Amino acid sequence: MNAKYDFVRHSTVLRITPPGRWWALPFKEIWEYRELLYFFVWRDIKVRYKQTAIGAAWAVLQPLMTMLVFSLFFGRLAHIPSEGQPYPIFFYCALLPWMYFSSALQSATNTIVENQRLITKVYFPRLMLPLSAVLSGLIDFGISFLMFGLMMIYYGVRPTISALWVPAFLLLAVLTALGVGLWLAALNALYRDVRYVLPFLVQLWMFASPVAYPSSLVPERWRLLYGLNPMSGVIEGFRWSLTGRGKAPGGLFFVSLGAVLIILLSGLAYFQKMETTIADVV
Amino acid sequence: MSQIVIRVDDLSKRYRVGERERYLALRDVLMNTLKGLLGSVGQRQRLDYFWALHHISLDVREGEVIGLVGRNGAGKTTLLKILSRITRPTAGYAELHGRVASLLEVGTGFHPELTGRENVYLSGAVLGMKNVEIRQKFDAIVDFAEVGRFIDTPLKHFSTGMQMRLAFAVAAHLEPEILLVDEVLAVGDLEFQKKCLGKMQDVSNSGRTIVFVSHNLTAVNALCRRSVLIENGEIALDGPTSQIIAAYHLRSSEGLSDRNNLSKRKRTGTGTAIFAALSLQPLDSNGDRASLTRTGSDLVIEVVIEARSELVDSNVAITIYDGSGYRLVDINLNQKGEFLRLRSAEKARVKFLVRQLFLKPGAYLLGLWLGRNNIEEIDSIPYAASLEIAPESETGVHSVEFPGPYQCRFETSISCFEESRAR
Repeated sequence: MNAKYDFVRHSTVLRITPPGRWWALPFKEIWEYRELLYFFVWRDIKVRYKQTAIGAAWAVLQPLMTMLVFSLFFGRLAHIPSEGQPYPIFFYCALLPWMYFSSALQSATNTIVENQRLITKVYFPRLMLPLSAVLSGLIDFGISFLMFGLMMIYYGVRPTISALWVPAFLLLAVLTALGVGLWLAALNALYRDVRYVLPFLVQLWMFASPVAYPSSLVPERWRLLYGLNPMSGVIEGFRWSLTGRGKAPGGLFFVSLGAVLIILLSGLAYFQKMETTIADVV
Repeated sequence: MSQIVIRVDDLSKRYRVGERERYLALRDVLMNTLKGLLGSVGQRQRLDYFWALHHISLDVREGEVIGLVGRNGAGKTTLLKILSRITRPTAGYAELHGRVASLLEVGTGFHPELTGRENVYLSGAVLGMKNVEIRQKFDAIVDFAEVGRFIDTPLKHFSTGMQMRLAFAVAAHLEPEILLVDEVLAVGDLEFQKKCLGKMQDVSNSGRTIVFVSHNLTAVNALCRRSVLIENGEIALDGPTSQIIAAYHLRSSEGLSDRNNLSKRKRTGTGTAIFAALSLQPLDSNGDRASLTRTGSDLVIEVVIEARSELVDSNVAITIYDGSGYRLVDINLNQKGEFLRLRSAEKARVKFLVRQLFLKPGAYLLGLWLGRNNIEEIDSIPYAASLEIAPESETGVHSVEFPGPYQCRFETSISCFEESRAR
C-alpha cells in the first residue's frame, strides 16, 4: 500500500477502520459533539410534557402523591420511625433523589431502542443518548426541589450549612443512573428482555434503598453490603444534608462512591464495546 | 486531475446471518450457549456469515459526483453506512478528507411533537450543523421549504409534503465538503423531486464531492458522470454513468454479452409467439457494413419471430431507451401500415432499416415488442440488447460530451455587427 496519491489537505481527516480498542473512551469526540448533547437534552425537556393539560406540574405531583401515600401507609399506619421529622418531609426528602434516579434510569435504558431510527441513519457518539436522558431528568428534579422548599417553610424546617452537600449527593445519583443506564441501554439494544425486567428492578431497588424507611433500621452487620447500593448513600445523604438530622454519611457514603465508580467505568467500557455494533443489532 | 478525497481500501463488511434480524432474545442466547456446551465443537463453527461488502476499493476525487447503483441488497447502502460511520467495517479501511455529512433519510431527527422551527434546529444539529450556522441559515431554510407561516406549528400537523420539504430544506443547507446521499429522492411528488435534484446539482457544481445511492436511475444519470455498479458486495463495474446504467439494465435481465441469445432476457407477454433472435448491423455512409454504430449512421435491426400458435395481424416494435430508461425511439410495422401474420410454427424475419440515427455517443438500450396494439402483448423484452453509439468520425468533433441524447445536424454562422447609432 504505497501507491502515490495526493489528498486534499483538509483539516479534518477521518479514518474508518474495523473496531479497535473498546476501552479508548472518546472524551474528545464527546466534547466536539457537546452542542448535540445540548439539543438532545433540550428535545427531551420540550417533548416531555407536550400535549399534557398540566404540563410540568407533573414533576411536582408525582413525588407529592407518592409522599402522601407513603405518609399514610408507612407513616400513620405502619409507624416507621422517621428520625423525629414530619413524615411528609421525611419521605419527600428521599423521594427527590429516588424519583429522579428511577426516571433517569428508565429513560436511559430505553434511549437506544427509542432512537433506533436515528442510530441507523446518522452518526454521533452514541454515548450522547444515555447522557442526555440522565441530564434532562434534572429539570424535573429542580421543579420538585422547589416544592420541597415550600414544604420546608410550611413545616418550619430550617436548612443548615450541610445543605451545601446536596449537589454532591445529586451528582452521585446522576452517576449511578448513568452507570447502570449505560449497562442496561446496551443490553436493551441486544436483548429486549431488559424492557420487562426494568420496572421490576426499579421496584426492588426502591425497597433496597432507604426511601420508605430510615437506613438505621438495617442491622449494623449488613450496613456495608447495604452501602454497595449507591442509592442508599445518596438518599441518606439527602436526608442528612437537607434536614440536618440523622447521621452524616460516613463509611456508607464511601462504599457507595466506590460502587458507583465501578459501575460507571464498567458501564462505559461495555457501552463503548457495544457502540461499534449497535447500529447492526438494535 | 483533482485530488482524492475519499479512499476506500479493500473494505469488507461481514454480518452473521440472522444478526441483522431485529433483536435477539436472551432465551436464544441461553439456548445457543447450552447447545454449544452440549454439542460438539464442530457444530459451533457452523456459524453462517454473509459478506455484505467484499474487498471494495474505490477512490473518489474532489468535486466528483459518483453514483452507486445495484440491486436491492447489493451492498450500496452498507457502503454508505460505513462511510458515514453508522456501522464499522470488518476489514479494510476508508479515509475521508473533509467535513462529511450523510443524508440517509429525509427528516433524520425530526420529532412530531416539536414545531417546525424547533425541528429545523434539532435536525440541523443531528446532521452536524452548529447552532450558529443554523441560526444564520434559518430564513433560507424556511424559504426553501415553503412552509412559511406554519413554521411554529407542531410537525405532526404538517402534511407529509410539508414535512418532506422542510426536512430536505435542512439537509440542502448543509455545507459539507463530502455529501453522502441515499435514496432520499425516492419520496415526494415530482415537483419536489425536481427541486431536490436542482439543489443537489447546485451542490455538485460548487465543487463538493457527492456519493449518491439511488434506484432512481434518471436522477443518477442527471447528477453523476461516474457510476459504480455494485453486485453481491463487490464492485462489478466502474465508469461513465451511461455505460454503467446500460450494463446494469442488461445484467438485471440476466442476459450476458451474448446479444443473440434472447432466451435469458426478462420478458413478458402471452408467449404465443416469441422473438428468437436479434441482430444489429450498422452501415457506413456508402451503405457498406460497418463495425461501429456512429452518430448519424444507418442501422439495420433484424429480428426473427417464431410463432408457437397462429399469429394474427400483429405489430412489431423496436424501442431505444437512454440510460435512465427514457424512451427515445419507437418504430414499428404499424407506422408503415404493415402487419405480421404467421401460421403456427412458422418463422419470420423482420428487418428495420433505421436511417441516420442521430443519437449522441454513449450507451443505449434496445427493446423489442410484439403484440396487437391495445389488445394483447405477445412478447415484450424491454431490455433486449445494449446499443453503443460511437462518435461520428475519427476527427471527433462531437467527442466532447454535452448533455442530451439527440445530435441533430446543424450549421452555424457568425457575423459581427455594431448596433446602428443612426436609428
